[in-house]
Amino acid sequence: MSDHHHKETFVTKYVFSQDHKMISKQYLVTGIFMGIIGVFMSMLFRLQIAWPDHSFSIIEAFLGRHQDGGVMSPDIYLALVTIHGTIMVFFVLTAGLSGTFSNLLIPLQIGARDMASGFLNMVSYWLFFLSSVIMVISLFVEAGPASAGWTIYPPLSALPQAIPGSGMGMTLWLVSMAIFIASSLLGALNYIVTVLNLRTVGMKMTRLPLTIWAFFVTAIIGVVSFPVLLSAALLLIFDRSFGTSFYLSDIFIQGEVLHYQGGSPVLFEHLFWFLGHPEVYIVLLPALGITSEIISTNSRKPIFGYRAMIGSIIAIAFLSTIVWGHHMFVSGMNPFLGSVFTFTTLLIAIPSAVKAFNYITTLWKGNLQMNPAMLFSIGLVSTFISGGLTGLVLGDSALDINVHDTYFVVAHFHLVMGVSAIYGMFAGVYHWFPKMYGKMMNKTLGYWHFWLTAVAAYGVFFPMHFIGLAGLPRRYYANTAFPLFDDVADVNIVITLFAILGGAAQIIFLANFFISIYKGKKATQNPWKSNTLEWTTPVEHIHGNWPGEIPAVHRWAYDYSKPGHEEDFVCQTTPLKEGEEES
Amino acid sequence: MTAILYILLAIVIAVAIWQVASIFNLKGVIATEKDNNTQGILFALFGIFFYGLMIFSFWKYSVILLPDSASIEGESYDTLYMVTMLLILIVQAITQFLLFYFSFKYRGIKGRKALFYADSHKLEMIWTIVPAIVLSGIVLYGLSVWNDIMDPSDAENPLIVEVYAKQFQWEARYAGEDNELGLANVRNIKGINTMGVDMTDKNALDDVPVRELHLPKGRKVIFKFRSQDVLHSAYMPHFRAQMNCVPGMVTQFAFTPSMTTEEMRLNDKTIAKVDGINKIRAEKGEDPYIFDYLLLCNKICGSSHYNMQMKIIVEEEAQFNAWLKDQKTMAQVVVQ
Repeated sequence: MSDHHHKETFVTKYVFSQDHKMISKQYLVTGIFMGIIGVFMSMLFRLQIAWPDHSFSIIEAFLGRHQDGGVMSPDIYLALVTIHGTIMVFFVLTAGLSGTFSNLLIPLQIGARDMASGFLNMVSYWLFFLSSVIMVISLFVEAGPASAGWTIYPPLSALPQAIPGSGMGMTLWLVSMAIFIASSLLGALNYIVTVLNLRTVGMKMTRLPLTIWAFFVTAIIGVVSFPVLLSAALLLIFDRSFGTSFYLSDIFIQGEVLHYQGGSPVLFEHLFWFLGHPEVYIVLLPALGITSEIISTNSRKPIFGYRAMIGSIIAIAFLSTIVWGHHMFVSGMNPFLGSVFTFTTLLIAIPSAVKAFNYITTLWKGNLQMNPAMLFSIGLVSTFISGGLTGLVLGDSALDINVHDTYFVVAHFHLVMGVSAIYGMFAGVYHWFPKMYGKMMNKTLGYWHFWLTAVAAYGVFFPMHFIGLAGLPRRYYANTAFPLFDDVADVNIVITLFAILGGAAQIIFLANFFISIYKGKKATQNPWKSNTLEWTTPVEHIHGNWPGEIPAVHRWAYDYSKPGHEEDFVCQTTPLKEGEEES
Repeated sequence: MTAILYILLAIVIAVAIWQVASIFNLKGVIATEKDNNTQGILFALFGIFFYGLMIFSFWKYSVILLPDSASIEGESYDTLYMVTMLLILIVQAITQFLLFYFSFKYRGIKGRKALFYADSHKLEMIWTIVPAIVLSGIVLYGLSVWNDIMDPSDAENPLIVEVYAKQFQWEARYAGEDNELGLANVRNIKGINTMGVDMTDKNALDDVPVRELHLPKGRKVIFKFRSQDVLHSAYMPHFRAQMNCVPGMVTQFAFTPSMTTEEMRLNDKTIAKVDGINKIRAEKGEDPYIFDYLLLCNKICGSSHYNMQMKIIVEEEAQFNAWLKDQKTMAQVVVQ
């Protein structure tokens, strides 16, 4: 806190910092680094899918003993898709997105000097860092990294005899994820406590920006569901190392019967998806929160239906914890349970539809300022709709039967949570970069980045629905074993070409990001003419955020273009004029 | 070493992008009116690209989709699918249009003030209640199809078949004359008894183990799935059928084949698809492909997951019965 001044050393300022703004940057840079690995892996396996027998020197260069003459082995292919999924879902879109923006914005937008516990916040980041390091180390073990899919269903993930990646690679995966979960829980508890207790004078819950609502509810889902994944992982560790049979039963492999008896892999699926499905919203809600803020600011209009937006965030969060079974319609689960999960799953479409319509109405009769952050936010609404709608097919137990685990699913979830969430993350970076680094990012590069990414994302995932509908299973190393699928080969080439375009477009972002940190134009205090509190702090970071008193709040965050005000924005700290009604 | 070169190359490209951009770049950081105009128009163009891509994909890729359903249950699946897809496409077309159109139409102009429009109870009720009603319809319709597919208890004289999965091949076992499968457990696996059938169970003796699945047209088939090692998923896309095979438990799925292999080969959509495939194969100098039904693995199960398949042959019931009679029973196989 600002009153007890202590001298900062390099280590306390940049390494073991307890300042939420620094921790936020640490999360972002670590997330970007992991993202580079995750995206690069997808480039490698897309090469394999498109040209299965072709030799690539890039594969030869990076995959070492896991390739033969530039053609990757089936095991490393499975490892690449596994680690790609793990890294993107957890390390980039959970820690990289939520960790970055919850940390940056919660204290700044609610008017607090820092997180409730700066120390726990620091521990949370360093646990995340440690888990990232372990995950990266796991890429280099002798038999290759974990390769049972990011969902690590046993028995495949439990038995090294079944796939080489289930040896040391899987052990490291589990250790890394256990540490990751601890990190995530510490972070989430901190966010919840901070939002509940440290709001400034006048910052009622109903005046909070939607970003904060999204981060707050996300943290609650995390606290509810991540411990279940931890227990699932612990039981799996027991089965793997101590001979228990939680998930395993009646197994005959490589000529011998194993001792396991009485367990069930379906139990693991339940436990996994009890986190796994809320995880989709842990990834998506922060992105939606960020987008709400950015669309409103750049439309110069209040977000349409503020209370309905809060209501739908809460409804989505609640429903997200009772729909996990829709990943298991054909798992052998009782069909009646399938009916229940179909019902709860399709209910989610209602709050989602409300959100989509509210975004579109916010744009209506706005005065849209096309900053790169705004482009990505509009892009998010588009992919959220495109990806969300196919959820009506997959969430319907009957229709799921024939598309389950095909590329249709891959296309669906990449659009609705992958691309949407990453758009939200990019939008957040472009929008709050001035707050993080005191510099501005270049807009021209931002435009190029967006348009190339947008064309590539649809170019990849739109045709992908069709190969799924053609019956092509996901996680096939090659489609050459089936003449039936010879006619999807061309589509796969198109997809890979768009994927390479999309991957290359990210280089533009990286260049813009890192060079702007050093050479970007200096930021002004409130570059986007925004209402929220973070723009009342000085550009130069100070510990405690505001030099003097924390400002009091007199209105909600969305008084844009309010009649009776000269400017088209009214900061939350501006008192109501005489006779002015609060919106 | 080469890896480092690739990384260096990426960094060089990044720096090059920055340098090239900075030639044109006037240190622009905040959208101007000109940017709003250009980007708004780009959104309109992107909308055209978006619809173009959709139409192109439907036109170009329809031929690669699965042909008509080969099972009676699959026909109601297909109808449900068409209804849902139609709904999705309508909503998609309208909402995306509004999104791109508004992005274009309301691109920022200096001096214009946006409309202060924060709430409309009426509008929000509309887009809560309308989706709720439509979804209720979809849910009820979907669940009735689901229940029909998943509950085979009213089938008369169904054929019982066990499908058995292991890394990386399929086996199957018919229930034989008593139409009851003998007990089985992996602990009984020995030599030629690869499915671990319990030979002390008298129901087991007339069971018929096979490596190629034959099914009779018009008779309900109840599949019992087992796995001996890891999770597999028995996926029979032409019949709109799929169920996981789980070690330690028996799972079930049922359908009634409605088209023999021969009939399916003469189906218009199959012919179009096979023609497309054979054109590609001819270019690569490969033998022409003849259509067959397939059972494939659709749950990641290890290195050769991508090549775990079994042929399915659907034939008239008389033909099927004759074929089954020719196969050896468990008693005959194991005694040998």
